[in-house]
Amino acid sequence: MDLGRKLEILADAAKYDASCASSGANRRNSMNGKGVGSAGGSGICHSYAPDGRCISLLKILMTNSCMYDCHYCINRRSSNVERARMSPEEVISLTLDFYKRNYIEGLFLSSGIIRDADFTMEMVIRVARELREVHDFRGYIHLKTIPEASQELIEEAGKYADRISINIELPSEKSLRVLAPEKNLHRTQQAMGGIRTKIENAKQEAKEHRQLKIKPTSSFATGQSTQMIVGADDSDDATMLQRSDLLYRGYHLKRVYYSAFSPIPASSSILPSIAPPLIREHRLYQADWLMRFYGFDVSELTPVEGKDTGKLDLDIDPKLAWALRHREAFPIEIHTATREQLLRIPGLGVRNTDRILKARRWSILRLEDLAKLRVNLKKCLPFIITPDHNPIKLGLDSDRLRARFEPAPKQMEFEFMESKSSAVFGEV
Amino acid sequence: MDTLSVRIEPSFDSWRIEARKLLEGSVPPDAVLWTDSSSTQFDLFDSGEPPRKKQEVKISKSYLDLARTVSCHSSPERWGLMYRAAWRMVCNGEKNLLQRPTDSDTRKLLEMAKAIRRDCHKMNAFVRFRKVGEYPHTGREQFVAWFEPSHHIIEYNASFFIKRFTGMDWSILSPEKCIHWDGVKLHTSEGVSKSSAPDEDDLEELWRGYYKSIFNPARLKLKAMQAEMPKKYWKNLPEAELIDELTRHSSNRRDDMIKAESLEPRPAPRNLYLQNLHKNNQDFVVNEPGTIHDKSLDELAELAACCRACPLWEKATQTVFGTGNPEARIMLVGEQPGDEEDIQGKPFVGPAGRLLDEALADAGLDREEMYITNAVKHFKWKPGSANRKRRIHDKANRGEIEACKPWLVAEVMKVQPSVIVTLGNTAAQSLIRKDFRILSERGEVNMGNLIGFPGKIIATIHPSWLLRIRDEAEQQAEFKKFTADLKLCRE
Repeated sequence: MDLGRKLEILADAAKYDASCASSGANRRNSMNGKGVGSAGGSGICHSYAPDGRCISLLKILMTNSCMYDCHYCINRRSSNVERARMSPEEVISLTLDFYKRNYIEGLFLSSGIIRDADFTMEMVIRVARELREVHDFRGYIHLKTIPEASQELIEEAGKYADRISINIELPSEKSLRVLAPEKNLHRTQQAMGGIRTKIENAKQEAKEHRQLKIKPTSSFATGQSTQMIVGADDSDDATMLQRSDLLYRGYHLKRVYYSAFSPIPASSSILPSIAPPLIREHRLYQADWLMRFYGFDVSELTPVEGKDTGKLDLDIDPKLAWALRHREAFPIEIHTATREQLLRIPGLGVRNTDRILKARRWSILRLEDLAKLRVNLKKCLPFIITPDHNPIKLGLDSDRLRARFEPAPKQMEFEFMESKSSAVFGEV
Repeated sequence: MDTLSVRIEPSFDSWRIEARKLLEGSVPPDAVLWTDSSSTQFDLFDSGEPPRKKQEVKISKSYLDLARTVSCHSSPERWGLMYRAAWRMVCNGEKNLLQRPTDSDTRKLLEMAKAIRRDCHKMNAFVRFRKVGEYPHTGREQFVAWFEPSHHIIEYNASFFIKRFTGMDWSILSPEKCIHWDGVKLHTSEGVSKSSAPDEDDLEELWRGYYKSIFNPARLKLKAMQAEMPKKYWKNLPEAELIDELTRHSSNRRDDMIKAESLEPRPAPRNLYLQNLHKNNQDFVVNEPGTIHDKSLDELAELAACCRACPLWEKATQTVFGTGNPEARIMLVGEQPGDEEDIQGKPFVGPAGRLLDEALADAGLDREEMYITNAVKHFKWKPGSANRKRRIHDKANRGEIEACKPWLVAEVMKVQPSVIVTLGNTAAQSLIRKDFRILSERGEVNMGNLIGFPGKIIATIHPSWLLRIRDEAEQQAEFKKFTADLKLCRE
C-alpha cells in the first residue's frame, strides 16, 4: 500500500476526535536548535475543512487495527473498514514535511490498540521521542494515551508531548459497559489523576527552577483534555455536564470536548443511525463555557423540574434559558452591578463584561456606549437598566420574552451555523 | 490656523520622528495633514511654519507598541489617527485615553490593531511553502511561498517565521515586499508578481489526500469554515481546490452512511490481555471484607477497591486503603482521604500528611514503621466555588462512617497493633464512641474491650485542624500538644 493511501485511511480513522487544539504549550522556538518548530501562546488553524473544523495538527492513527470493540467507533474490531499501519519513520517524515511547508502546527498521534496497551503506547511514544530527540522538532505534539497502559509509559508520553489526553467517551459506567466493553470509567479517571499529579509536579518544579534562575532539566505536558460523545447513549445533558464538572474539578482538565455522535461507515447494529445532533453539541459547549468562565454552577444549567429536567433547551442558548427561569434576578443595572452579575446577562460575554467594568470608571454608560462596545443589544435589552433604558417599559412576561428569542423552526440549523465557531471549538 | 502638511515614508519610524516634533510644538491634530510617499494624494496646502519646541514629550511604551501595530494598516487615515491620539494624551491631558474603550479614537485604534493581528494570524496560518532545493552535503532545504496580505505586514510579521523555521532557508514573496531568511539574517527586497513563485510541490498531493480524509461529510458547516478561512485566501491554498467537490457530495455520503446496513458485533479474539480487561470490568461489588483470617492486607485492599457500601465511591477516584508496615506496633487512623490522597491512592500524602510527618519526626516516631489508614476510605467532597474548579473536603456522615467500619476493623485485626492513634473526631467516633469529642477527651483512652482490641488507644486531633488555625502562635502551641499526644505511643 502506498503512503498516500495509508494516510487517507489513518486520517479517516482519526477524524472523529474533535480536539485539534495547539494552544497552551510552553513557549519555545527553533532559534538555538538544529531543526524547525515553535509553540506557545494561542494555536494556529492552518486550514478548515468544509465541516467547519479547524485543521491545526496532522491527526492520524499509527494503525486503525484495534482489538477493542467500542460500538461508536469506526475502528472497532467488528468494523469492516480497510486497515492500514504506518511505520514510525513514515509518521515522522510526514510530520516534518508537512510542518516545513506550514500546513500544520504539529502532530496529534493516536492508535488502535494492538497486542496490548503497553505495546501500543510504546509505538506511539517512539514517534514522539524521535521527533524530539533525533530531529529536534519543537512544534506541538498531542499524544493520546491509553488508560490501561502503565503509569511509566504515560509519564514518558508526557515528557515529549505538549498535551496528553484520554477519552472518557461516555459519561457513565453504565453506558460504557454497553457500548465500550473494554473501557472503564474509574480506571480512566485514575489515569487522569496520575497525569494531573505529574503536570502539577512539573509545574512546581519549573517554578522553583525559575526562582533559582536555573534552566529546567525536564519538561512535561502542560495540560490534558478529553472527549465525550453526544447522542450515542441515552445520557441527558445534566449527566454529561456533571461528568465534565467532576473531571474539571478532580483532574484539572484543560478541556472537555463534546463530539456529536456521527454516522460512520460500517456502523454497529446497537446504535442509532441518525444525523449527528449538532445543535445539542453546540449547547453543551455553551453550557461548558458558562461553567468555566461565567461562574455558573453545573446545577444551574439545566431545569431541575418539569418535563425538560436535565435537558438543555435546544432553541435558545443556556444562559438565556437560565435568565428566563430566573426572572427575579433581572433587570440588572449596568452601572452598579458586580462582575458576577454582569456575567449573568444574556448576550454579554466575558470580554464585554470586562470592557464595561473598565469603561464605567470614566462615564455612566448609555445604550449607545454599549453599542460602541459591540454588545449584542437585542439580546441584552430585556435584562438591563441604563440611564436611558428600563425594560419594565417593554412589559414582557416570560412567555413573550421567550418567543422573542425563539428561532422559527426551520432557521435553527442556520442560526447554529452563524454562531461563531471559535466559541464552539474555542481555540482560534 | 495654518495647516501643516507632513509627508513621510510609510513607516512607523518615519511617523514617529515627525510626530515627536509636532508634539513638542503642541501642534493640534486638526492642523496637520498626513500623507505618505506611497499615496498619490496631492498636497493641497503649503507646509506651514515648523513648530517651535515648547514641551517635553513622553509617550507610554504601550501606546508606541499599539501605534507600531496600527502603522501597518492599509488605511491612509492611520497616521492622522495615531497622531491625534498621541496629541490627546500628551498635550490635552487625556493620559488615560487608552483605558476608555468607548472613546471613538481609542475604539478605532484598537480595531485597526485587531485587524493587523488578524492579518498576521492569517499569514501565519495560510502561507504555504514550496520546496525549491536542498544542499546535498548539509541537507539544508530551501522553500518559497507566495502570500498576499490585506495590510502592510510582511516585514512586521517576519519574526514568527524566523523563530519557527530557523533551520531552513525560505522566502516569502508578496506584491509589495519580499522577505528572505538564510539562517542568520533577514533580508528584504522589492515586491514581485505571483509568477516569480514556484507553482507546485510534490507533497501537495499527500496534503490534499489528508484534507479530504479528515473532513467529516456528516457535519457540513460551510459558513463556519468560511468565517475562518475566507474565500480570498483560497487561491493560494493547495487544498482549497477540493472544497467544492467535497461539499457537493457530502449530503449523499452522509445519507449513504445512515442507510447503510449495520454490522453485528464480532466476538472477542483469544487474547490474554483482553480477557483480563473483561474480567476486571465485570460488575464486581464487595460491600464488606467477609472472613479475614484467609486474606492478606493486599487482598483486602483489592476487595475494598470494589466496595460500594455507601455512595461515596461514585464521585471518588479510588478507594484509599491503608498502607505501611503490616506488622506495625502503631496504627494511625485518620478521617478520610483528601483531594491529593484520592488522586494518588495513598493516605496522608497531601498538606495534612506533610504536617503529620513533621509532628511524627518531632515525636521521634518513624512513619515507615507504622500502618496508616483512614476511618472512611473514599474522598467525600463538595464543589468549591463555581469559578475555582476544585473539590472541597466534606465531612463524612454517620452512615458513611459505619459503612466503612468493617474495613477498618479488618485492618486492625490483621495488623494487630499495640497502639492505635485516632486522628480527629471521625476516627475516634468510628472506633471509640459515637459521641466522642476530641477536644475534651484527648489523650490515652481507657475503654476496656473495644472491637476486641486489647491494646492502647490514643485519641488526638487531626493535623488538617492545625492547618485551619489562623493565629500562628496558637497554631504552634497546638502543634506542640499534638506531638505530645503522639509521644504517648512511644514505648
